[in-house]
Amino acid sequence: MNQQSSLWSDAWRRLLANKAAVAGGLILLFLIVLAIFAPWIAPHSYAYQNLELGAQPPSSEFLLGTDTLGRDLFSRILYGARVSLLVGFVATGVALVIGVSWGIIAGYFGGKIDSLMMRIVDVLYGLPFIIFIILLMVIFGRNIWLLFAAIGAVEWLTMARIVRGQVLTIKNQEYVLAAQAMGVTNMQMFRKHIFPNILGPIAVYATLTIPQVMLLEAFLSFLGLGIQPPMSSWGTLIRYGVESMEEYSWLLIYPGLTFTITLFALNFFGDGLRDALDPKISSD
Amino acid sequence: MLQVILKRIAIAIPVILVVASVTFFLVRMAPGGPFDAEKVVPPQVMKNLNAVYNLDAPLIIQYRDYMVNIIQGDFGPSFRYPGRSVTEMIYTGLPVTFELAFYAIIVAIIIGVLAGVIAAVKRNTMLDYIPMTIAMIGICMPTFLLGPLLVLFFGIHLELLPVSGWDSLAGDKILPSITLGAAYAAYIARLSRGGMLETLSQDYIRTARAKGLPEYKVIINHALQGGLVPVVSFLGPATAGLIGGSFVVETIFQIPGLGRFYVEAAFNRDYTMILGTTIFFSTLIIFFNLLSDIAVLLMNPRARSEA
Repeated sequence: MNQQSSLWSDAWRRLLANKAAVAGGLILLFLIVLAIFAPWIAPHSYAYQNLELGAQPPSSEFLLGTDTLGRDLFSRILYGARVSLLVGFVATGVALVIGVSWGIIAGYFGGKIDSLMMRIVDVLYGLPFIIFIILLMVIFGRNIWLLFAAIGAVEWLTMARIVRGQVLTIKNQEYVLAAQAMGVTNMQMFRKHIFPNILGPIAVYATLTIPQVMLLEAFLSFLGLGIQPPMSSWGTLIRYGVESMEEYSWLLIYPGLTFTITLFALNFFGDGLRDALDPKISSD
Repeated sequence: MLQVILKRIAIAIPVILVVASVTFFLVRMAPGGPFDAEKVVPPQVMKNLNAVYNLDAPLIIQYRDYMVNIIQGDFGPSFRYPGRSVTEMIYTGLPVTFELAFYAIIVAIIIGVLAGVIAAVKRNTMLDYIPMTIAMIGICMPTFLLGPLLVLFFGIHLELLPVSGWDSLAGDKILPSITLGAAYAAYIARLSRGGMLETLSQDYIRTARAKGLPEYKVIINHALQGGLVPVVSFLGPATAGLIGGSFVVETIFQIPGLGRFYVEAAFNRDYTMILGTTIFFSTLIIFFNLLSDIAVLLMNPRARSEA
């Protein structure tokens, strides 16, 4: 096994050589900056309604036009980025915490614990989670934090499988056996030896989970079961865009374009990261 | 072989029962009764209503009755549409959703397998890059965006195809089927390309070529069976996605299928309808997963002997 520093610097070099991944990463960075500084960048208020103005096509005053209530679409997309990206990161974080701990415990302890835990994952895999998220949203109200938790709670399964597989290979390596022989506690073992070595696959899979999570949120918001007004995510913007696309097609096209480009960027960046960190498993 | 299948079925049945139970108690935990939104009704009417919907019995008795009823295919009455039963709504909506999903999957398999196999055979040529780039777009473009864009272009701009409805105008099934099938076509293209590439490098393919078989026969008679295993194992989990997709597509195109009933029920808090359809969809998905597992076992001799 390589030294850790050279593993990461090798990966960094390979990542930089991948043009699609670099482009994806730059777009993401740009979007994150836009989302963070939305209040300063947005030329208009995202909530201010001007009913007399109504829906206007793109102009120099309103870069991407206005919606039927006279609100500036560009500003609304900027603020939508905050919600959509926040859902992406927070829900992925929830999925990470559950999946990684589940996978480490199953892989490290092995035996009966492992087969029981993985059997549970197998069974959950077969369940229609979209329906359960909708069910939860209906029963407990359409709350944004519940949405994060619910999405995160269903996206951890693959993470658990990947982490378990990694832990299984690592735990039979000599340095782990040596550490065990020296009497290192389980907690120290996780922190010092196992966790740093599964960081790569975790980073890759987390990047690839974000677009899925964002898609799920947008799906729910599109159906009117996700983010509720006055907050709006890209999913809700697309929903409103569809309602008025016959007369005002820009209301559908610009939010849709932003959303698709973001998903593209995330997927390309994630694929690039995977190729960079693990040249053995290249994409199919 | 038979043992493995029986074992899978033996696991699936308790899973369905657990799902049904969890859903039942979750829905009963929902705040407020089903008639809260209505204007205030006299206590006697409320009592009668509760009796009709079997809400006056202790929870555990309600649970027992519900489970006994659903095993007999009776999902109880709808809360929102008096006089209509959930079973009846499933019965009217399901054929439409099935038909839509069937066309979608046909579209997906034909386009996906064709593109994937060609891409694998013509690896690293334009016939590989172009379909795979389109597939990447297909995966990134969500159904709820693709559908409206197709409507905008083919329905409103070109006025070629109807923009909504089902079985009412000629050609009104085309756009919904393509919308629902597109993402699956993309996935299937990637999966079949990967599977074919792996199979084409196997020894038995070299043997088939060495004995002088023409290339198309090598592909059709020898490579396809192994190369399409990933596609078949994807089709089971894909049903779950198809059902989710049908929520969107049926909403966009105003198709009277089970997916739209479900979304409406979720909107109106029609608890019995949600409960019934959730259990029904779950059973359906578990069943299709089972089917695709069995199909993969049948197709893959190695998995068969391991089992």
